Formats: sequence, C-alpha cells, structure tokens
Amino acid sequence: MAKIGVFVCHCGENIASMVDTGNLVRSLSDHPGVEVCNEYKYFCSDPGQETVKRAIREHNLTGVVVAACSPRMHEQTFRKACAEAGLNPYMLELANIREQCSWVHSNKEQATGKAIEITRSLVEKVKRNNELKPISVPVTRRALVIGGGIAGIQAALDIASAGREVVLVEREPSIGGHMSQLSETFPTLDCSQCILTPRMVEAIQHPNIRVLTYSEVEEVVGYIGNFTVKVRNKARYVDIDKCTGCGDCIQKCPQKKIPSEFECGLGNRSAIYTPFAQAVPNKPVIDRNRCTYFKNGKCKICQKTCQIEHCIDFDMQDTYEEIEVGAIVVATGFQIQDTSVYGEYGYGKYKDVITGLQFERLASASGPTAGKILRPSDGKEPETVVFIQCAGSRDPSKGVKYCSKICCMYTAKHAMLYAHKHHHGNSQIFYMDIRAAGKGYDEFTRRAIEEDGAGYVRGRVSKVFQENGKLIVRGVDTLLGKPVEVAADMVVLATAMVPQPDAKEFAKRIGIGYDEYGFFNEAHLKLRPVETATAGIYLCGACQSPKDIPDTVAQASASAAKVLGLFSREQLEREPVVAAVTESTCAGCWGCVMACPYNAIEKQDIKDRNGKVIKQVASVNPGLCQGCGTCVTFCRSNSIDLAGFTEKQIFAEVMAL
Amino acid sequence: MSEPFEPKIVAFVCTYCTYAGADLAGTSRLKYATNVRIVRLPCTGRISPLFILKALQKGADAVLVSGCHPGDCHFTAGNYHARRRWTVFRALLSFTGIPEERIRFSWISAAEGAKFAELINSITEDTRKLGPFTQYQELQTIIETQSTY
Repeated sequence: MAKIGVFVCHCGENIASMVDTGNLVRSLSDHPGVEVCNEYKYFCSDPGQETVKRAIREHNLTGVVVAACSPRMHEQTFRKACAEAGLNPYMLELANIREQCSWVHSNKEQATGKAIEITRSLVEKVKRNNELKPISVPVTRRALVIGGGIAGIQAALDIASAGREVVLVEREPSIGGHMSQLSETFPTLDCSQCILTPRMVEAIQHPNIRVLTYSEVEEVVGYIGNFTVKVRNKARYVDIDKCTGCGDCIQKCPQKKIPSEFECGLGNRSAIYTPFAQAVPNKPVIDRNRCTYFKNGKCKICQKTCQIEHCIDFDMQDTYEEIEVGAIVVATGFQIQDTSVYGEYGYGKYKDVITGLQFERLASASGPTAGKILRPSDGKEPETVVFIQCAGSRDPSKGVKYCSKICCMYTAKHAMLYAHKHHHGNSQIFYMDIRAAGKGYDEFTRRAIEEDGAGYVRGRVSKVFQENGKLIVRGVDTLLGKPVEVAADMVVLATAMVPQPDAKEFAKRIGIGYDEYGFFNEAHLKLRPVETATAGIYLCGACQSPKDIPDTVAQASASAAKVLGLFSREQLEREPVVAAVTESTCAGCWGCVMACPYNAIEKQDIKDRNGKVIKQVASVNPGLCQGCGTCVTFCRSNSIDLAGFTEKQIFAEVMAL
Repeated sequence: MSEPFEPKIVAFVCTYCTYAGADLAGTSRLKYATNVRIVRLPCTGRISPLFILKALQKGADAVLVSGCHPGDCHFTAGNYHARRRWTVFRALLSFTGIPEERIRFSWISAAEGAKFAELINSITEDTRKLGPFTQYQELQTIIETQSTY
C-alpha cells in the first residue's frame, strides 16, 4: 500500500502569494494514498529537509512529492534528503508549482486549482515509481584531443601534466594550427611562433602525449568513460620514425611551384614538403596529387636523395587503428570565409587585395617576404594600405550574422605592424564599430590610432577597383555623411571566421550538436560552456565560436579540468533512466534497434536448455542507453519500457490531470 | 449567462528544451493562461500518440506536443522521430474523430520562454473558440449504456 508524503513549499512569498497553500494541503490530504501532507516556508532549507526526512522515517513513506520549484532546481536536493532518510532517491517527484504556476499566473483561484492538479498527478505518478539504482560504469582514463592547434595543444598538455594519457590527433602534417601562421599577437605584440613552438615541442616530447599528425578521426562509438575511436593515419609516404628531418628530399624535389597552404598562396612549396620550417614533427610528407611519380610513374628523386634506407616508401597505405579513450576534447578550430562572395572588393581579381591571414604571412619573419610588407603583385612597398573590417562578419545579406570577434583587434595590429615597418606609410581602416573588449584591448586600439597613426573611417566600402595602377577604394564616411575615395596600394580584408567546411558532417560522425553555421554546441552557453550535450565530449577553441587566443587557451584549460574531473574516479555513476526489454513478449521486430540513436539495443539469443536458439529478442545495453525513450514509443508489443518514465507512470499522471 | 468556457490543455514536453523554456517563462515572470498542464518527459521521442488520445479521453480539450528544435535534440534524433510519428498520426486523426486543431505541435527551446507563453495563450484562445471536446465523453456514455450484455 502506497504511503505518500506531500510537502508543499511556500518558497517565502513566491508560491504562497499566488497559490492558496492551505487549500492545496487540504485537497491533497484527502487524496487516496497520501499519508502525510505538510506545508512550510522553505522546504529546501535545513529545517525543511529535516521535516521531510522525519516524515519519511515516522510514517514509513513509500514515496515523496515536493510541491515547490522546478525539478531542474532542487530535484537533487530532495533526492539526497530521501536517501539520507532511507528512502530510495528515485521515489521522489517534484511538482513544479513555482516556475510553471505561481510565477506565471495572476489569478489566485485558478492558480490554486492548477497547483492542486499538478501535485495530484505527480502523486499518482510517484505511486508507480520503482526503486532505481544509479548505474556504475568503468572509466578509461585516457583522453582523445581532436585538433592540434593552440586549443588542442593546451588541453593535451594540461591533461598530460596531471598524469593522464592523451592521444592528440591532427589532420595536417604538423601541429600548430592557425596560430603558427600568425605574425605577432595582440595586445602584447609578441611573436606568435616564439610563444607557440615551445608548446608544440613540449606536446610532442611529453611522455603522456601521443601525437598523431596527418591523421583523422573516422568514427566514435561508445559513451562517457568508454569510447572507441577509429583513427585513420593517412599515408605520408615518409617513415616518420626513420626520417631525420634533414630536408634534402625537399631541396631536390622538382615540383617547386605548388602554392603553399601555410603561406595562404603567397609562397610556394614542393611536392614533398613540411608545411613550415618549425613544423612539429619536422618530417616531410608527399602530396600525392602533386607528386611527379604519382602522376607519371617516374621520378622518385626524393627517394634517391634520401640517405636512409626505406625511409621514403611510395607503397605506403593508409592505416587504421582503434583507440580506447574515456573522454574526448574537440578542438577542431575554424577557417576563414571564402571572400569571393564579395565580388565588389575584387579579391581574386586584384593580386593586391588580400585577406587578413595573408597579411599575417607578409608580416611574419618566417613568411614569404621574410617579414617585409610588400605588394604581392610587384613586390613594392605599399604607400597606402586600406583595411576593410567586417568583410563578411555582421553582414546577414552576404556574409555571416555574427561578429567574428578578433578582426577589430587584428586590424589594429596590422595597422601597427605596417606603421612599424613603413614609417611613412598611410593606413586607413574602414570600420562599423570598434569592438575592443578584453584585457588591454581598448588601450591597444587607442595606441594604433594615437601613436601609430592609423586612420579610422567609420563606414562601409561599396567598391574596390583599379585605376592608374592604384586600387581605388570607394566608400562612405558615415560620421561626416560624405562619400570617400582612397587610392590604395594594397587592400586587406578582415574576413569572417567560419566553421571548418566539414564541421557539420564531423559533428554528426562523433555525435555532438552544432548551430546554424556549424559551430559546435555547448551544453549550456553560460553554465556549461565547455561540455557538449553528449556526456564525455568537451569543446574548446574556435570550433565552438569565434575566439581569440586568450579565450581559446582559457577554454582549453577548462575542458582539461572537466576531463580530469571525470578521470578522478575509476567508476562513474549515471542516472538510471534507461530502457529495459521484457523478453517474454518481445517479438524481435527490431523497430527499437532502428529507432535508437545510440546503437544501445542489440539482438540477443534466447536459448533452450540444449543451447539451441529458440528466439531472438532485443536487449538494451544500459551503459550506452541515454534514456530518451524513443524505442518505448516505437515498440508495437509494449515490451520495452523506460525506467523513471514508464507507461504506467505517465498514463497515471495524465489520468489524474 | 453561463461562465466562459475554460479549456483544459495538456502539454507533453521534453525536459531539455520546452520544459526548460517553460521554466524560463517562470523565472522571467511572463504571465500566461492557467489552462495548461505540463507533463514532463525525457524527450519528444518518448511521447506516444496513445498519451495524446488518453489525455483527450480524460477531459483535455487540446493537447500540445513540444520539444527541441530540429537539430537541437539532446538525444540527437528523438524530435525527428516525434515529427515523423506526428505526420502519420495526423493522417489517422479524422478516422479517430478528433479535429486536427485539437492537437498542436511546436518546437520551443530552453531560451524561448516568451514563445512558450505566447503559444499557451494562443492555444487557449483557439480552443476556447472551438469549445469543449466532448466527442469522447459522449462516446463513453453510449458505450456504457449499450454494453448491458
């Protein structure tokens, strides 16, 4: 016989002012199965919880309903109280009469009626609750970090330094990411490579980190604490263990005119190449699509040059390996938007219209011009440089709706670097707003304006065209309300940061959510910013949203902290809200198998005593099941049910309304 | 003059999006009609058409099914299953004698408290115009009077 305790909370005045709690208590006291019904000012307070615990012990309650706030608020509080009083914590329901009743209504009589119905229906539900036990699952204390930019490197280092193994997977031949392409970094103007390369070396030398470059994550199966990841190690055609990185092969390669991806097309590379001089690992890779041997069947000059036997191997194939990990950090970074949508800016048409990232390469000491800012068309020093901000960002018509966050800062930095290298140069920046929120950021943009003479023009550019060897930038100064034209030698576009082109496909492959653009979704924008909705998978860096380096590093360390928190235990406790099959009625139609988004339902053989298979039924793996209940609704014979939300519970709840 | 008809609306919502959206309406102190009763489920994928029929049979005048926006499901695909199920179920409605306007389907995220409040108000208004849903109760009486043998 059910003995239910109902506890009506006033929440100070929050509930009591709109719900007649006395009336609520009187109605519920008479409800069948209700043993005790109390009201109190704050049940979540210590004395309040003590009242609940005492009632459970004194009346031997079999279930508890607390009519108070949202279960999202205090379900855990009262579950704990139940457990302390010796009642199974899952024999509790919260009737939400605050967020979904007293706070949203203004008619006390109606609100009271509604509160009574809500509470009554949950009493009917709790009568049918079952005692549940949290599920224990083991944790593999090894992490996978996907992406070897600054975000991935930082996360990997933090996890590894705490003594846990890390596998760092990077799809390019070297780790380093976009940060390795940058010249100097705002707001301190320290050289990007100088601060990054020590980190890259530390990562590859760390005893707890295994770096897999030129590799991609193909598949992720499993669940928090127990993922199996399939990684494809792409054929490099160079044995990374044998290669000394001497670079002789690169020197001798006859294919030298291939536009370098690292230099954003401003420099060339050979077919066998390392992306940049400080690459980690500093071992070359053969670009199969550009290599003379792979195209014509003849050449192999690199192999002949190489001093080490069998180091360069043209027969190398992609290899696959499966790695067991307990947590995954996604740090796959960003791309810059394809600027060809802005035909009016002439990108691709005029060589001297470049992107911000190309400007970084020009300004970088390791870049194609050895740090001299020169026009790509003729190699001359530009006298006037125009920077166009928001070339893609904050433009719902052609670009993206959001602000890319870093462009105001790097454009100010570009103007500064240009002023430092060309003392008589003239820089003009077309902007919409200057967004410089961050430590030392506003001071930085002021410095660009006041000390380095950057000219800021508030307005948009309508057209860039060539006339008498100059690029004419036609725009408007909205502060003066006048059209302006600037004759420039070079135009730099502050292009938008966009997700990787394959971001959505990748998200589906590993099972995380993404937004309308393809940036990965966090579990909660404010309170769970580095977790995804999939337990055990974390996010950091620009794959989540446009971000600068300080934010990226902070987020990477945060995700590492989350991983280490998970790894602090050998066993993991999970909510027991999982599905289970009644084998005797299951007909084996496998509708549930098809419906399950987690592949948590398997086919199981039922054998007779001689070991002969007499039928096959569905079987739920409670470790994989996340408790959505889609299979339950799918089942034609009602053979599958979801703990905590059983058919019986819900029908009882509905019928009491 | 009789009292204006107050419909009863039963809302089946998923806990991750719409339930949280309804909580947000509460924390934002948005006012809406008292006619709705919310039943919390883990996911719209859990919502069986039988729940809807049962609610209507037991006195609901309208039913709302609401979950996460497509692509946002906490369980990856539960809302797609719910949507597909609704498409099939809708075709069966006329057969079961339920006007389609009695059932509403919507996507409300955890951030859309205002949308939730507006939706409840509009369903309440619409259902008020439709009048009480009595077909099932009438049927119930017929069954009870006829099943004498």
